[in-house]
Amino acid sequence: MKRLVLGAVAAVFLAASVPSAQTRPYKAPRTPDGQPDLQGFWTNATYTPLERPNGVTKALYTPEEAEAAIKQAIQRESAQTEPGTTADVHYDFSQFGLDRSQSAFVRNLRTSLIVDPPDGKIPPVTAEGKRRLAERAEEAKKLGGRWDSAESNQLDDRCLIMAGPGPPMMDAAYNSNYHIVQAPGYVMILTEMIHDVRTIPLDGRAQPDAKVRQWMGVSRGRWEGETLVVETTNFNGKNPFRGSTENMKVIERFTRVADDTIEYKFTIDDPSMWTRTWSAESAMRKTVGPLFEHACHEGNLGLYNTLVGARLEEKRAQEEALKKGSK
Amino acid sequence: MNVRRCEGAKVQNRFLIGTMTAAVACGVLLALTSVMAQAPAYRAPRTPDGKPNLNGIWQAMNTANWNIEPHPAAPSPVRELGAAGAVPAGLGVVEGGEIPYLPEARKKQQENYANRLKLDPEIKCYLPGVPRATYQGFPFQIIQGTKHIMLVHEFAGAVRTVYMTDQTEAPADSWMGWSNGRWEGETLVVDTKGFNDLSWFDRAGNFHSEALHVVERFTPRSAETLNYEVTIEDPKVFSRPWKMSMPLYKRVERNAQILEFRCVEFAEDLLYGHLRKQPAK
Repeated sequence: MKRLVLGAVAAVFLAASVPSAQTRPYKAPRTPDGQPDLQGFWTNATYTPLERPNGVTKALYTPEEAEAAIKQAIQRESAQTEPGTTADVHYDFSQFGLDRSQSAFVRNLRTSLIVDPPDGKIPPVTAEGKRRLAERAEEAKKLGGRWDSAESNQLDDRCLIMAGPGPPMMDAAYNSNYHIVQAPGYVMILTEMIHDVRTIPLDGRAQPDAKVRQWMGVSRGRWEGETLVVETTNFNGKNPFRGSTENMKVIERFTRVADDTIEYKFTIDDPSMWTRTWSAESAMRKTVGPLFEHACHEGNLGLYNTLVGARLEEKRAQEEALKKGSK
Repeated sequence: MNVRRCEGAKVQNRFLIGTMTAAVACGVLLALTSVMAQAPAYRAPRTPDGKPNLNGIWQAMNTANWNIEPHPAAPSPVRELGAAGAVPAGLGVVEGGEIPYLPEARKKQQENYANRLKLDPEIKCYLPGVPRATYQGFPFQIIQGTKHIMLVHEFAGAVRTVYMTDQTEAPADSWMGWSNGRWEGETLVVDTKGFNDLSWFDRAGNFHSEALHVVERFTPRSAETLNYEVTIEDPKVFSRPWKMSMPLYKRVERNAQILEFRCVEFAEDLLYGHLRKQPAK
């Protein structure tokens, strides 16, 4: 089965790299109120890493190299399901569409999603950024070990937020699926993972008071020709994107460049963390809907059971220690 | 055929042999329409694709989330909150006042009520289900696309997709159900099945089974209000279908928007606090 999938990927690869908005005459269909139509089901699943891998010095692979890189990534992904490993018990990635390669994913000749700085890497951290990272590490230490409490666990394991909704919107490892619906004056983007919704007003309204802080920030959108430009500020800083702070401003640009592709570009501006702005380019590919409800928190037995398990192990260790002490 | 089209038909047919027939037919229709229209007819503004425009941020203004049945004011279930957490009285939103429970089911509702601090899914930040999400006290936004109408709720970021064209049966059970919609004149009718049996209707422990079938009717009654009428059917819990109804009000602030109420972190200590590692003795 696995081999068949790999074959299919290789066959369609050459025809399908991400096109550039500048060179395409494509004009998106219009919604009844005249917006370029982005509606439908999309995925931003990709094997292209955000940062350029060490040792790679060029911005674009040849199609053959790109194919080899994808093949390697698919193998790494499916290696998570070595029989008898923890990963295998947790999720069998070779089943149920968990592997990206089993559904639509974005094929890209780029060696990294980051296009600026030209080295494909996140820029250096400022002095303030270093201080903040150190403070954050201190705070995390105070919370104790990962299994000490719910709060000391990771955000996705707590079903608080995952990588999909952003902004910026990133590949979420699996189920990187989105549903876009437009109404006069609004674009709505539903992220499958934890049903996170972005309702983006297009009426030019101001950002709310700086005291209004949200996990996903507050987004304001506008159309510039074929491109939906979305600016987001007012983050609460509790879900850092590669180290970002509450002062991050994200500018996203969505352009439908083909029936089955939305080009997705974003720029990160966070002077509290980085010495300069940085930008990346990816895409959203048309996929098959509908999206099903992802009631993550409601069924979060994983978190509950690991905490129960950790307390049991502590109790057992205590009893062992007592036994040894009494001997 | 509506009144407006009758007027058009009369004009178009003025010089045709069919004039008399059309006029008679329309006369009958006009008479029927005026008898049937109990509320003053309101015609909502249209979306660019010609549907009644329900876009906006809406909110119920009642005490249904405390108890959909009529209820007196009552003390707070949490002592520390005193008057601030007390239950405001309500005339109820259930048609006829009382929910027609099967006898055993009424007993279960009373048990739910007695144990509500332990059992109410709202306290745990679970998805609120339908129709509770509509009158939970938080605003929700209608995003009216051509194929899909989205109902975006503030509480727990709950969201519903109403399929207007590509309709299917519910693929599996879920908290918010699987909704197919249609237009009946001015009314958006949303038919929802495929529920699990875990959500409640309110804080009073009113409940349902996985056999729940909800039909909601959203009808514009003015530029800034909707009539919201719900038919509840669940033969495992109720002796007959029953209805609730209430107006929904538009949030007219220029900058109104759905804000985040990511309540998981507000419920974590309650749900998992007893599993916190204790300092070594």
